[in-house]
Amino acid sequence: MNLLQTGFDGLLALGLIWLAWRALACPDLFRGIVLFIAFGLLMALAWVRLEAPDVALAEAAIGAGLTGALLLAALARLNRTAAAQTLPREAWRSGPALLLVLAGAGLGLAVLSLIPEPAGLQAQVAAELGRSGVSNPVTAVLLNFRGYDTLLELLVLLLALLAAWSLDADPPRREAPAGAVLDMLLRLLLPVLVLAAAYLLWAGAHAPGGAFQAGAVLGAAGVLALLAGWRLQPHLTGTPLRLAVTIGPGGFLLVAWAFAAGRPAAAGISAGTRRRSDPADRDPGHPVHRRHPGSAVPGLAARRR
Amino acid sequence: MTAAFYALAGVALVVLGLYGLSVQAHLLRKLLAVNILGSGVFLVLVSLGGQPGAAPDPVPHAMVITGIVVAVSATALGLVLMLKVAAASGRPTLDDAPKEDRCPKE
Repeated sequence: MNLLQTGFDGLLALGLIWLAWRALACPDLFRGIVLFIAFGLLMALAWVRLEAPDVALAEAAIGAGLTGALLLAALARLNRTAAAQTLPREAWRSGPALLLVLAGAGLGLAVLSLIPEPAGLQAQVAAELGRSGVSNPVTAVLLNFRGYDTLLELLVLLLALLAAWSLDADPPRREAPAGAVLDMLLRLLLPVLVLAAAYLLWAGAHAPGGAFQAGAVLGAAGVLALLAGWRLQPHLTGTPLRLAVTIGPGGFLLVAWAFAAGRPAAAGISAGTRRRSDPADRDPGHPVHRRHPGSAVPGLAARRR
Repeated sequence: MTAAFYALAGVALVVLGLYGLSVQAHLLRKLLAVNILGSGVFLVLVSLGGQPGAAPDPVPHAMVITGIVVAVSATALGLVLMLKVAAASGRPTLDDAPKEDRCPKE
């Protein structure tokens, strides 16, 4: 049994490396992208083997699904602008390769020397889990213990969207309408995708899943709708759309502000980072505690996209 | 043992990504290389965070999920920039201008 698992891990690791190499080296760009998507799916399998089912879901939905769709869409537009003339195949460069193999050997030795590292944060997370309002530790870390990461990540998403909108000012080209089959499939799939996203969001509180994966499923539904030629009504694409994309970060900031405003002024806006040293949090009978039940967190989760 | 396998695979992916990033000229291929490099870093981070027998550490898991979302944002922005470069220069690469264009002859 153990031999079987070790063999599987070895094969999976080799498969990852081989797919990454082929995705980078094969001359056909389209094939490279498809291999990259396969690489993402194998990565999801590796996350399962590493006992990280939340990451596996995120990798399968975001890493393989959304990134692959974005890459393929960009490749299609690249072909249309007639800019995708085939480049000469890159020669094998032994100089950089040798340097990188040496660097990789050093990195590998360094990583192997780190493996018996005993320190981890699972004990602290488990101790505070009851106060986070959810029972899935990864969701607790994402939305509660390290909420700043998630807030800044929302801002990164918004920033990327703003930059893409500002750069990509070309009027949308008139595209050939997609076939009736795709249209019909989308009409059937869209409610299922929305339901699946809602389930993932709900399940994230106590099982693998959560807001990121739910958002990725909704995003995939949006990409599918774009591929089928569905567009927003013109009167919705101006100010209403711009307001809609700020709902996520805005709601997050609003919850954070309401949470911080309810605390004593000394804790202030940095309540999240001072949590460990805040005496109010050590004492379950402290008045601050009674005013801030953990139920604030699911409200936060519901606003995440 | 599992951790060692995947940590070393992560190192190999980092090396492959760096090689692709430095050698390949096509910008889309460079974006693929950056994504593979990032996957390698995530793999090292998570496989070092878990110990055999113990419950897995959720903090690296959460950080990797955050990292995956940031990576897809950066990839989307990179793709838009690549399309702009291709539309402006006609080539999906970052070619240096010929030397005589940059330094006028005296």
